[in-house]
Amino acid sequence: MMAVRLKELPRRRYGQPGNAACPGCPETMGLRYLKMALGDDAVLVVPASCISVIQGIYPRSGINFPILNTVFAAAASTAAGMSAGFRLRGMDNVKVVVYAGDGGTADIGLQAISGAAERNDDILYICVDNEAYMNTGIQRSSATPYGAWTTTTVTGKTEQKKNVPLILISHGVPYVATASVGYPLDFIEKVRKASQIKGFKYIHLLAPCPIGWRFDPSLTAKMAQLAVKTGFFPLYEYYKGKLTISPPSRPFRDPKRRTPLIEYLKLQGRYRHILNDPNALKRIEEYIDEQWRWLNLLESTNGH
Amino acid sequence: MADYPTSLPIEEPRTLFKAPLSMPSPGASGVTGFWRTMKPVINEDKCIKCILCWLYCPEDTIIRRDDDSVYVDYEYCKGCGICADVCPVNAIEMVREVV
Ligand SMILES: Cc1ncc(C[n+]2csc(CCOP(=O)(O)OP(=O)(O)O)c2C)c(N)n1
Ligand code: SF4
Ligand code: SF4
Ligand code: SF4
Ligand SMILES: [Mg+2]
Repeated sequence: MMAVRLKELPRRRYGQPGNAACPGCPETMGLRYLKMALGDDAVLVVPASCISVIQGIYPRSGINFPILNTVFAAAASTAAGMSAGFRLRGMDNVKVVVYAGDGGTADIGLQAISGAAERNDDILYICVDNEAYMNTGIQRSSATPYGAWTTTTVTGKTEQKKNVPLILISHGVPYVATASVGYPLDFIEKVRKASQIKGFKYIHLLAPCPIGWRFDPSLTAKMAQLAVKTGFFPLYEYYKGKLTISPPSRPFRDPKRRTPLIEYLKLQGRYRHILNDPNALKRIEEYIDEQWRWLNLLESTNGH
Repeated sequence: MADYPTSLPIEEPRTLFKAPLSMPSPGASGVTGFWRTMKPVINEDKCIKCILCWLYCPEDTIIRRDDDSVYVDYEYCKGCGICADVCPVNAIEMVREVV
């Protein structure tokens, strides 16, 4: 796979200006990169989420893709059926892509994902993870990290973030990766690679949301980079049973080279109440260590 | 009492499919440039044509010319300020919007 270069990205205007997303929205950033990666051969399946609001109101759509909207619990199975339909009609070039939120993925849609993964249905599932149910007013999901304020965890969430990519790796699917809207070239490269693979592919895309995380909308890209530089959200891919840490994350496997966690947390209003709480900060550090322990463990089985 | 019709004719959707089918179009949710309180202004003398602002703009309202110089589509730019934040040479200034 050729590395993606900035100046070689398609020049066509793939975004869709004048949509309903908030200023600085990470989900629209992801949609534009997805279109840059796949061009016109992709169709999206979208369950309820901010994404379905960004689409807007009939008869006009604010997203530059053909989209089928479906219910929360069935995004992966809807896509599996569509993919089978396209294959039966001989339309092998059409990529069926689910673009769903973390609530629709880590909570409500999980059984459908597990089913599609187990059957190895030929779809690409992208979870755009803004770490809460944003569309309905910032309620916690199982992908909300420990300590974060949401409207349903007013003193901070007491459980750690659920690790969905690891769940998918354990299904034995051909391709699982993490990505961040702060590193678009890495994300585009992963989407292109995944789209060439037959079977179930999963990409977990971190999408810092200025509304729900309580930061200035000018900082979306920076926040998505800080999540990686602090080691909080490692970028990697798991392909053919082999784990590879992705280039943007490689320097940060060494804890000494990481940006101090506090630089990431202090920019987000949702962590304001724990900035002076050493126990809470320690629990987040422990979460980071655990992420990397898992990755080291998986890496140690490469080639076995 | 007024003589209301008991059934109204239902208009067929003017699309290929017998289902509501929205078509992508710019400005689907209005002229979002009106949302702006701050406006990005590019200083072309400072710009080094790195196109990072173009890459990160969520709205695709940084327009890239053939020579990789850039300008803003003020019709739809929402004024988030990401372009100014990612510019490595501070060639973009956010200034207060005046109507
Ligand atoms: C079965 C069902 N329950 C609840 C809702 C209401 N609802 C619509 S969008 C949404 C939040 C989705 O959160 P997430 O999947 O994280 O996407 P985001 O809005 O953050 O992009 C909820 C709860 C619904 N549409 N259907
Ligand atoms: S709430 Fe967050 S994810 Fe949803 S549209 Fe607004 S910025 Fe985007
Ligand atoms: S202010 Fe935001 S929407 Fe406007 S051009 Fe800059 S990045 Fe794009
Ligand atoms: S980020 Fe700054 S230097 Fe780079 S193209 Fe945009 S305005 Fe020019
Ligand atoms: Mg969400």
